Amino acid sequence: MTTEIDRQWTTRLRKRVVETLPPDKLLPDTQPAYVASWIYVFGVTTLAALAIVILTGCVLAMKGPLWWHLSGTGHFVNSLHLWSVEIFFFAMVIHLWGKFFMAAWRGGRQLTWITGVVLFLTSVGAGFTGYVSQTNYDSQWISTQAKDGINATGGGAFFNVLNLGQMLMWHIVLLPLAAVALTAVHVIYVRIKGVVPPFEEGK
Amino acid sequence: MGLTELFGAVFNLDHVGRYIHWGFIQLSVSNAIVIGLMIAIFIAALFLPFPGRRSRREGK
Repeated sequence: MTTEIDRQWTTRLRKRVVETLPPDKLLPDTQPAYVASWIYVFGVTTLAALAIVILTGCVLAMKGPLWWHLSGTGHFVNSLHLWSVEIFFFAMVIHLWGKFFMAAWRGGRQLTWITGVVLFLTSVGAGFTGYVSQTNYDSQWISTQAKDGINATGGGAFFNVLNLGQMLMWHIVLLPLAAVALTAVHVIYVRIKGVVPPFEEGK
Repeated sequence: MGLTELFGAVFNLDHVGRYIHWGFIQLSVSNAIVIGLMIAIFIAALFLPFPGRRSRREGK
Protein backbone atom coordinates (compact mmCIF):
# COMPACT_ATOMS: atom_id res chain seq x y z
CA MET A 1 0.00 0.00 0.00
CA THR A 2 1.43 3.37 -0.96
CA THR A 3 1.31 5.89 1.82
CA GLU A 4 1.23 9.64 1.50
CA ILE A 5 4.94 9.71 2.31
CA ASP A 6 5.69 7.32 -0.58
CA ARG A 7 3.96 9.72 -2.98
CA GLN A 8 5.95 12.79 -1.85
CA TRP A 9 8.31 14.15 -4.51
CA THR A 10 11.21 14.10 -2.05
CA THR A 11 10.70 10.38 -1.36
CA ARG A 12 10.36 9.53 -5.05
CA LEU A 13 13.42 11.60 -5.99
CA ARG A 14 15.54 10.07 -3.21
CA LYS A 15 14.56 6.52 -4.22
CA ARG A 16 15.31 7.24 -7.86
CA VAL A 17 18.73 8.79 -7.05
CA VAL A 18 19.70 5.87 -4.76
CA GLU A 19 18.53 3.31 -7.35
CA THR A 20 20.48 5.00 -10.17
CA LEU A 21 23.61 5.64 -8.15
CA PRO A 22 23.84 3.67 -4.88
CA PRO A 23 26.50 4.98 -2.42
CA ASP A 24 28.84 1.99 -3.06
CA LYS A 25 28.80 2.86 -6.78
CA LEU A 26 29.29 6.57 -6.12
CA LEU A 27 32.38 5.95 -3.99
CA PRO A 28 33.49 2.37 -4.81
CA ASP A 29 36.12 0.58 -2.70
CA THR A 30 37.71 -1.23 -5.65
CA GLN A 31 38.01 -0.87 -9.41
CA PRO A 32 38.23 -3.64 -12.07
CA ALA A 33 41.75 -5.09 -12.65
CA TYR A 34 42.03 -3.49 -16.11
CA VAL A 35 42.00 0.00 -14.51
CA ALA A 36 45.52 -0.72 -13.17
CA SER A 37 47.18 0.95 -16.18
CA TRP A 38 48.82 4.36 -16.59
CA ILE A 39 46.38 5.24 -19.39
CA TYR A 40 43.57 5.43 -16.79
CA VAL A 41 45.28 8.11 -14.63
CA PHE A 42 44.84 11.08 -16.96
CA GLY A 43 41.17 11.72 -16.14
CA VAL A 44 41.91 12.12 -12.44
CA THR A 45 45.06 14.14 -13.25
CA THR A 46 42.78 16.54 -15.15
CA LEU A 47 40.45 16.72 -12.14
CA ALA A 48 43.36 17.46 -9.77
CA ALA A 49 44.65 20.19 -12.09
CA LEU A 50 41.13 21.67 -12.31
CA ALA A 51 41.01 21.86 -8.50
CA ILE A 52 44.26 23.90 -8.47
CA VAL A 53 42.99 26.08 -11.35
CA ILE A 54 39.80 26.89 -9.40
CA LEU A 55 41.66 27.45 -6.12
CA THR A 56 44.28 29.81 -7.60
CA GLY A 57 41.56 31.48 -9.71
CA CYS A 58 39.61 32.23 -6.51
CA VAL A 59 42.69 33.89 -4.97
CA LEU A 60 43.23 35.96 -8.16
CA ALA A 61 39.52 36.92 -8.20
CA MET A 62 39.67 38.09 -4.57
CA LYS A 63 42.63 40.36 -5.29
CA GLY A 64 41.46 41.71 -8.67
CA PRO A 65 42.92 41.68 -12.18
CA LEU A 66 45.82 44.10 -11.51
CA TRP A 67 47.23 42.43 -8.40
CA TRP A 68 49.50 39.96 -10.19
CA HIS A 69 51.24 42.80 -12.08
CA LEU A 70 52.19 44.60 -8.87
CA SER A 71 53.02 41.91 -6.33
CA GLY A 72 55.52 39.05 -6.20
CA THR A 73 52.95 36.85 -4.43
CA GLY A 74 50.41 37.81 -7.09
CA HIS A 75 52.83 36.83 -9.85
CA PHE A 76 53.45 33.49 -8.09
CA VAL A 77 49.70 32.74 -7.78
CA ASN A 78 49.19 33.77 -11.41
CA SER A 79 51.98 31.40 -12.46
CA LEU A 80 50.39 28.57 -10.44
CA HIS A 81 47.12 29.35 -12.27
CA LEU A 82 48.83 29.30 -15.69
CA TRP A 83 50.85 26.11 -15.11
CA SER A 84 47.92 24.20 -13.60
CA VAL A 85 45.96 25.14 -16.74
CA GLU A 86 48.86 23.78 -18.85
CA ILE A 87 48.74 20.48 -16.90
CA PHE A 88 44.92 20.48 -17.13
CA PHE A 89 44.92 20.65 -20.96
CA PHE A 90 47.97 18.36 -21.27
CA ALA A 91 46.29 15.62 -19.20
CA MET A 92 42.84 16.22 -20.72
CA VAL A 93 44.08 15.72 -24.29
CA ILE A 94 45.93 12.47 -23.37
CA HIS A 95 42.72 11.35 -21.57
CA LEU A 96 40.81 12.18 -24.78
CA TRP A 97 43.24 10.18 -26.97
CA GLY A 98 43.09 7.20 -24.59
CA LYS A 99 39.29 7.21 -24.48
CA PHE A 100 39.02 7.71 -28.25
CA PHE A 101 41.14 4.63 -29.01
CA MET A 102 39.22 2.61 -26.37
CA ALA A 103 35.94 3.72 -28.04
CA ALA A 104 34.85 4.75 -24.56
CA TRP A 105 31.28 5.46 -25.70
CA ARG A 106 30.63 1.67 -25.81
CA GLY A 107 28.16 0.01 -23.43
CA GLY A 108 25.68 2.87 -23.16
CA ARG A 109 28.35 5.43 -22.27
CA GLN A 110 27.32 7.93 -24.98
CA LEU A 111 26.46 10.66 -22.48
CA THR A 112 29.81 10.24 -20.70
CA TRP A 113 31.53 10.83 -24.05
CA ILE A 114 29.28 13.74 -25.08
CA THR A 115 29.61 15.57 -21.73
CA GLY A 116 33.38 15.14 -22.12
CA VAL A 117 33.30 16.70 -25.61
CA VAL A 118 31.21 19.67 -24.41
CA LEU A 119 33.50 20.01 -21.38
CA PHE A 120 36.55 20.14 -23.66
CA LEU A 121 34.99 22.93 -25.76
CA THR A 122 33.96 24.82 -22.60
CA SER A 123 37.52 24.56 -21.30
CA VAL A 124 38.92 25.94 -24.57
CA GLY A 125 36.55 28.91 -24.16
CA ALA A 126 37.64 29.35 -20.54
CA GLY A 127 41.31 29.24 -21.60
CA PHE A 128 40.73 31.76 -24.37
CA THR A 129 38.83 34.26 -22.18
CA GLY A 130 41.63 33.87 -19.61
CA TYR A 131 44.26 34.80 -22.21
CA VAL A 132 42.36 37.96 -23.18
CA SER A 133 41.81 38.93 -19.51
CA GLN A 134 45.48 39.14 -18.54
CA THR A 135 45.51 42.97 -18.84
CA ASN A 136 48.90 43.08 -20.59
CA TYR A 137 50.29 43.47 -24.13
CA ASP A 138 49.87 39.75 -24.72
CA SER A 139 46.11 39.92 -24.06
CA GLN A 140 45.79 43.09 -26.18
CA TRP A 141 47.51 41.32 -29.07
CA ILE A 142 45.39 38.16 -28.76
CA SER A 143 42.11 40.09 -28.50
CA THR A 144 42.83 42.41 -31.43
CA GLN A 145 43.70 39.35 -33.55
CA ALA A 146 40.70 37.34 -32.31
CA LYS A 147 38.16 40.13 -32.87
CA ASP A 148 38.58 39.78 -36.65
CA GLY A 149 37.89 36.05 -36.47
CA ILE A 150 34.84 36.50 -34.21
CA ASN A 151 33.54 39.40 -36.36
CA ALA A 152 33.88 37.21 -39.46
CA THR A 153 31.46 34.74 -37.86
CA GLY A 154 28.97 37.54 -37.13
CA GLY A 155 29.23 36.93 -33.37
CA GLY A 156 31.31 40.01 -32.50
CA ALA A 157 28.35 42.09 -31.32
CA PHE A 158 27.34 39.41 -28.80
CA PHE A 159 30.83 38.28 -27.82
CA ASN A 160 33.16 41.29 -27.91
CA VAL A 161 36.70 40.09 -27.18
CA LEU A 162 37.90 43.69 -26.76
CA ASN A 163 35.47 44.20 -23.86
CA LEU A 164 37.62 43.31 -20.83
CA GLY A 165 34.69 43.35 -18.37
CA GLN A 166 32.69 40.95 -20.53
CA MET A 167 35.64 38.60 -21.11
CA LEU A 168 36.56 38.58 -17.40
CA MET A 169 32.97 37.74 -16.43
CA TRP A 170 32.87 34.87 -18.92
CA HIS A 171 36.25 33.72 -17.57
CA ILE A 172 35.57 33.88 -13.84
CA VAL A 173 31.78 33.30 -13.64
CA LEU A 174 30.00 31.71 -16.60
CA LEU A 175 32.58 29.29 -18.03
CA PRO A 176 33.91 28.02 -14.64
CA LEU A 177 30.30 27.38 -13.53
CA ALA A 178 29.65 25.45 -16.74
CA ALA A 179 32.99 23.59 -16.53
CA VAL A 180 32.49 22.52 -12.89
CA ALA A 181 28.84 21.50 -13.48
CA LEU A 182 29.77 19.50 -16.60
CA THR A 183 32.69 17.88 -14.75
CA ALA A 184 30.30 16.77 -12.00
CA VAL A 185 27.86 15.31 -14.56
CA HIS A 186 30.74 13.63 -16.46
CA VAL A 187 32.13 11.99 -13.29
CA ILE A 188 28.62 10.91 -12.17
CA TYR A 189 28.10 9.21 -15.57
CA VAL A 190 31.46 7.44 -15.13
CA ARG A 191 30.25 6.23 -11.72
CA ILE A 192 26.85 5.09 -13.03
CA LYS A 193 28.17 3.22 -16.10
CA GLY A 194 31.62 2.31 -14.73
CA VAL A 195 35.03 2.72 -16.35
CA VAL A 196 34.97 1.44 -19.93
CA PRO A 197 36.55 -2.05 -20.18
CA PRO A 198 39.15 -3.02 -22.80
CA PHE A 199 37.70 -4.45 -26.04
CA GLU A 200 38.27 -8.12 -25.15
CA GLU A 201 36.67 -7.79 -21.67
CA GLY A 202 33.73 -5.73 -22.91
CA LYS A 203 32.54 -8.43 -25.35
CA MET B 1 72.33 35.61 -9.22
CA GLY B 2 68.63 35.07 -8.58
CA LEU B 3 66.61 32.11 -9.81
CA THR B 4 65.00 34.25 -12.52
CA GLU B 5 68.40 35.19 -13.97
CA LEU B 6 69.60 31.59 -13.72
CA PHE B 7 66.58 30.23 -15.65
CA GLY B 8 66.84 33.17 -18.04
CA ALA B 9 70.43 32.14 -18.83
CA VAL B 10 69.39 28.55 -19.58
CA PHE B 11 66.12 29.32 -21.41
CA ASN B 12 66.61 32.61 -23.20
CA LEU B 13 63.11 33.64 -24.30
CA ASP B 14 64.09 37.22 -25.18
CA HIS B 15 63.80 36.79 -28.92
CA VAL B 16 61.17 36.53 -31.65
CA GLY B 17 59.29 33.20 -31.47
CA ARG B 18 60.57 30.34 -33.63
CA TYR B 19 58.04 28.70 -35.93
CA ILE B 20 57.85 25.51 -37.96
CA HIS B 21 56.39 26.02 -41.45
CA TRP B 22 55.04 22.92 -43.21
CA GLY B 23 52.72 23.69 -46.10
CA PHE B 24 49.75 25.55 -44.65
CA ILE B 25 50.68 24.41 -41.11
CA GLN B 26 52.47 27.00 -38.97
CA LEU B 27 53.38 25.89 -35.48
CA SER B 28 55.59 27.47 -32.81
CA VAL B 29 58.54 25.35 -31.68
CA SER B 30 57.33 25.53 -28.06
CA ASN B 31 53.90 24.16 -29.05
CA ALA B 32 55.56 21.43 -31.15
CA ILE B 33 57.65 20.41 -28.09
CA VAL B 34 54.50 20.22 -25.91
CA ILE B 35 52.68 18.11 -28.55
CA GLY B 36 55.74 15.83 -28.86
CA LEU B 37 55.83 15.40 -25.05
CA MET B 38 52.11 14.55 -25.02
CA ILE B 39 52.58 11.86 -27.68
CA ALA B 40 55.61 10.46 -25.80
CA ILE B 41 53.70 10.31 -22.48
CA PHE B 42 50.66 8.76 -24.21
CA ILE B 43 52.81 5.96 -25.65
CA ALA B 44 54.68 5.51 -22.35
CA ALA B 45 51.32 5.23 -20.50
CA LEU B 46 50.29 2.39 -22.81
CA PHE B 47 53.43 0.33 -22.28
CA LEU B 48 54.93 1.13 -18.86
CA PRO B 49 53.97 -1.37 -16.13
CA PHE B 50 51.60 0.01 -13.51
CA PRO B 51 52.80 -0.46 -9.90
CA GLY B 52 50.93 -3.18 -7.99
CA ARG B 53 49.21 -4.58 -11.09
CA ARG B 54 50.51 -8.15 -10.61
CA SER B 55 49.52 -8.41 -6.93
CA ARG B 56 46.07 -7.01 -7.77
CA ARG B 57 45.58 -9.63 -10.48
CA GLU B 58 46.72 -12.43 -8.15
CA GLY B 59 44.28 -11.17 -5.51
CA LYS B 60 41.34 -11.42 -7.93
